[in-house]
Amino acid sequence: MKFLVCISNVPDTTTKIAFTPDNKEFNKAGVQFVINPWDEYALTRAIELKEAAGSGTVTVLNVGEADTEPNIRKALAIGADDAIRVNAAPKDAFFVAQQIAAIAKEGAYDVILMGKESIDYNGFQVHGMVGELLGIPTVAPAMKLDLSGNTATLEREIEGGKEVIRVNTPFVASCQQPMCEPRIPNMRGIMTARTKPLKVVPATTDTPRTQVAEYALPPKKQGVKLIPAESAGDLIKLLRNEAKVI
Amino acid sequence: MSVLVVVECDKGEVKKSSLEVATYGAQVAAQLGTTATAIAVGEAIEANLAKLGEQGISKVLYDNEPRLKDFVNNAYTKLIATAAQQEDSKVIVLANSNIGASVGSRLSVRLQAALATNVVELPKTDGGQFTVKRGAFSGKAFSDVVLSGERKIIAVKKNSIEAQHEAGKTAEVTTFSAQLADADFADAPSQVVMQDQAGGILLPEAERVVSGGRGMKGPENWGLIEDLAKALGAATACSKPVSDVDWRPHHEHVGQTGITVSPNLYIACGISGAIQHLAGVNSSKVIVVINKDPEAPFFKAADYGIVGDVFDVLPKLTAAVKELS
Repeated sequence: MKFLVCISNVPDTTTKIAFTPDNKEFNKAGVQFVINPWDEYALTRAIELKEAAGSGTVTVLNVGEADTEPNIRKALAIGADDAIRVNAAPKDAFFVAQQIAAIAKEGAYDVILMGKESIDYNGFQVHGMVGELLGIPTVAPAMKLDLSGNTATLEREIEGGKEVIRVNTPFVASCQQPMCEPRIPNMRGIMTARTKPLKVVPATTDTPRTQVAEYALPPKKQGVKLIPAESAGDLIKLLRNEAKVI
Repeated sequence: MSVLVVVECDKGEVKKSSLEVATYGAQVAAQLGTTATAIAVGEAIEANLAKLGEQGISKVLYDNEPRLKDFVNNAYTKLIATAAQQEDSKVIVLANSNIGASVGSRLSVRLQAALATNVVELPKTDGGQFTVKRGAFSGKAFSDVVLSGERKIIAVKKNSIEAQHEAGKTAEVTTFSAQLADADFADAPSQVVMQDQAGGILLPEAERVVSGGRGMKGPENWGLIEDLAKALGAATACSKPVSDVDWRPHHEHVGQTGITVSPNLYIACGISGAIQHLAGVNSSKVIVVINKDPEAPFFKAADYGIVGDVFDVLPKLTAAVKELS
């Protein structure tokens, strides 16, 4: 079984978000980048399924410029076998999906996994676009993934419940908890990651369909109104008469 | 040329988020000088579909195929794509739900459309550009995104636009068939399991949410959260540490890597307010924080706060709500 795990390079979850003075780009200065937390579920589950089968390969794929390589190496240290970096800044979801679809087709991957969405762009789009570009099923967001031969059994979260879905390979799944416990690299993994293959390829020439014109921060809160604990019931009156939310 | 609105139904009822989407679609149609047509998915009944006229929908297309009751990605995609082609729709509006995002992303490739998810406002269509405002960085920021090309798909974030109700207006409900074949149902679910919802209120659709953190000290104390939620007609939720230790199920986890909610009222009990948690709730209209630690960072993001012990404060709040009604 050939697994392709798509990872995104995102600001650490504790990052205070700021933009360049013209508000056109995210200000990367001083920001620590990590593997997108949702993608960690995809990566770890692919490694677990490969280990359980006793055969197969896990390839990580990132669409990004050279500054994403530390996190690609981290994915290799966690247990992926090799990596591909499409050398381009990710312009939008459709641009990224086209790169992934091209690589997936060329490498004839059986299982294409990624996180539910990236925590920076929050598109929740790439999974379906890749599935449609390749003409294969997509299951999103998947909370559980098991493989038996060429058949996968997945649980998809829907509003208020879940669906159990069986699909044959190849397919795309976007992953979220509680699929697995994401692994962290161990010392041996870090040592071997240095020599694992990382191939850099150019992007296909396709253009994006969307463009960010401007970023903005949410309006600041006016400040908290404190109610003494002794008269906690007054809060309910304020919520009804002042805030008008109950 | 009409704007096509995808309306999700459940047990015959149009979902609240879809009433918002219908309103959004009708307002976009008015901006563009055309009408809004809805396509219904899920388990629908005609009488409720006709009532979409109240949100400004002119016509509703409904395919009576029984297998469309459950969400089937391929079948829904084909159904909506066929409707979009029949109506020659240049703009398709759907909910930013798991169903909406799954179908919307496939549709965008099939119809060669530009897609924006998590959209929070009506588009700006002046000057020949089509620009939408959407949430980014897990609720920590917004971005204005220009959609290019002839067709656009917009997934509207829940509770970001108020559903209109113009009483007495009805939409024409028309039977519609996308000629779906067995192959379109290859990815149909073999089983659908719905959660037991406290008071029947779904967290992603809830207008009010009562949420607990580690300050609740243990799952045995959740009765206090549930009592207040029940009195308020609210859904219950929790922070990540709480779902990580299995005090509460994962589907209640609100935050950057859980679900994002944007209710009118969010009451946080014993949650310190880590930046990852705030990301999941900071588009709530009113935030109330109850915490015994006056330095808890959540107070900075709150509208109302009580510095006190949740075990003392929660019963008082529940009693005060009951007194109101």
